[in-house]
Amino acid sequence: MSAAPTSNTAALERLQRRRSAKRRENSVLLHGFEQAGELCLFAWNFLRRWYRRPFEARELLRQMDEVGSKSYVLTAVTGFAIGIVLAMQSRGTLVRFGAEAVLPSMLSLSVFKEIGPVITSLVLAGRVGAGIGAEIGSMRVTEQIDALEVAALKPFHYLVVTRVLACMIMFPVLTIWTDMIAMSGGYLESVIASNTDYRVFFDSAFQSLRFSDLIVDTMKTSVFGFIVGIVSCHKGYNVKGGTREVGQAAMQAVVTSSLLIFLADVLMVRLSLMLFGLY
Amino acid sequence: MPPPDNIAISVHDLHKSFGTVHVLKGITMDVEEGTNAVVMGGSGSGKSVLIKSIVQLLKPDRGEVWINGVRVDTLEDDELDRVRLSIGYVFQGGALFDSMSVYDNLDFILYRHTSMRAKEREPVVMEALEWVRLPEHAHKYPAELSGGQKKRVGLARAIILQPAVMFYDEPTTGLDPVSVRTVSELIARLRDDRDISSVVITHDLLCAEIVADDVFFLDGGRFVASGTLDEVRKSPIPEVGNFYRQSR
Repeated sequence: MSAAPTSNTAALERLQRRRSAKRRENSVLLHGFEQAGELCLFAWNFLRRWYRRPFEARELLRQMDEVGSKSYVLTAVTGFAIGIVLAMQSRGTLVRFGAEAVLPSMLSLSVFKEIGPVITSLVLAGRVGAGIGAEIGSMRVTEQIDALEVAALKPFHYLVVTRVLACMIMFPVLTIWTDMIAMSGGYLESVIASNTDYRVFFDSAFQSLRFSDLIVDTMKTSVFGFIVGIVSCHKGYNVKGGTREVGQAAMQAVVTSSLLIFLADVLMVRLSLMLFGLY
Repeated sequence: MPPPDNIAISVHDLHKSFGTVHVLKGITMDVEEGTNAVVMGGSGSGKSVLIKSIVQLLKPDRGEVWINGVRVDTLEDDELDRVRLSIGYVFQGGALFDSMSVYDNLDFILYRHTSMRAKEREPVVMEALEWVRLPEHAHKYPAELSGGQKKRVGLARAIILQPAVMFYDEPTTGLDPVSVRTVSELIARLRDDRDISSVVITHDLLCAEIVADDVFFLDGGRFVASGTLDEVRKSPIPEVGNFYRQSR
């Protein structure tokens, strides 16, 4: 007789546990949708406002300098390492098939079409995205954004529009820079491994590239710049709380930007294939 | 209904909630031209929410806010910005732009809102810094200033465009008694010398004694007492009595 109530209680507890787990799942899902919705609205605000007055030319130039001059060493080192490693790892396989001569063109195609743009954008998402998220986040918690607002200084224009535009302009510039350094790294490896003449190497490398490839693949980093700028500004702009939340905003800016860069890359490659058949 | 001409700031039946928490429950207040209204109350009573709702940093759920005869709660962003040019706001922590020097914090406002050249702006910036007795700190960065100095620079920045009304959010919180007196006397001087109308949010009795013309006591989202400082001090409301006893 006593077993029935116990098993009923246990069943009830199991049901309650399942229900609360379900509720947690739902709230995580709901939070995710809420975040995505807020991000889209924020991006829409940017698209509605970026071409309107006031034009913050001075701040835009400062931000371009911030993104560009403080990141070029980092992206150069990354590019150089990628070029050398890619050349070293491919050489063995190509030699085995007697196709060592195609190394420069293989390297240029890999670097200019995919590795250069994506790796540069990911590196910049880490450096620039975290910086923007933390800077704007700390401005939010110390009421500097409110101070801009109450002084009629349009903080969205001053802080968000300038940073997103700076990212959109500087990402392609840094990508070309990184691509060139990566090719130099590949050339250095070829000189060390097989004493290749630089004219032979670079002629072969650029012969296989079309100018349209270069334009489309480099310009897609402008979209990556938009993603990093918007996500990082959104995370910083909407910080609530204190220094702990500022740190979280910076971290979330990097993680979300990186994931969205991969997603956007897949979509843009697919779209380019459909529209131009470039890939 | 617009308030009478002698009322610089008017708030009528203001409500503000955050989710299910009803913070402001029908606030009504008028601030006459050239007077300082002090809003007092304990922590969490909604003082900062009130001042931020008046200047539209927070959008009120219901009610009317009039500043210098303009109803601001229904304005579009651009129109609101025009009204904000006649408003000065001093933030609790100063809210100085930490990437700029003290001089640039003030100069930036003039640069953006006037057509003055750099050379013409310089004496205006220095005059404002002299007014808060900090001209020698012009080229320091906010991180190099003390709490009291930050608030005085925040005050100088707020008055650089010669506003008609001022708002102070806890202007003396975290300061030593000497700095409290200095900042409070500056607030009182602004009223006396420039005829500026102000709303001062504070829980500091010394500050209230120095600056207040009218006092409003906020508790549980409502004004439970108002009048001169002495009238409020003698209020029979237990919350007001407790506040004064604990503040002594």
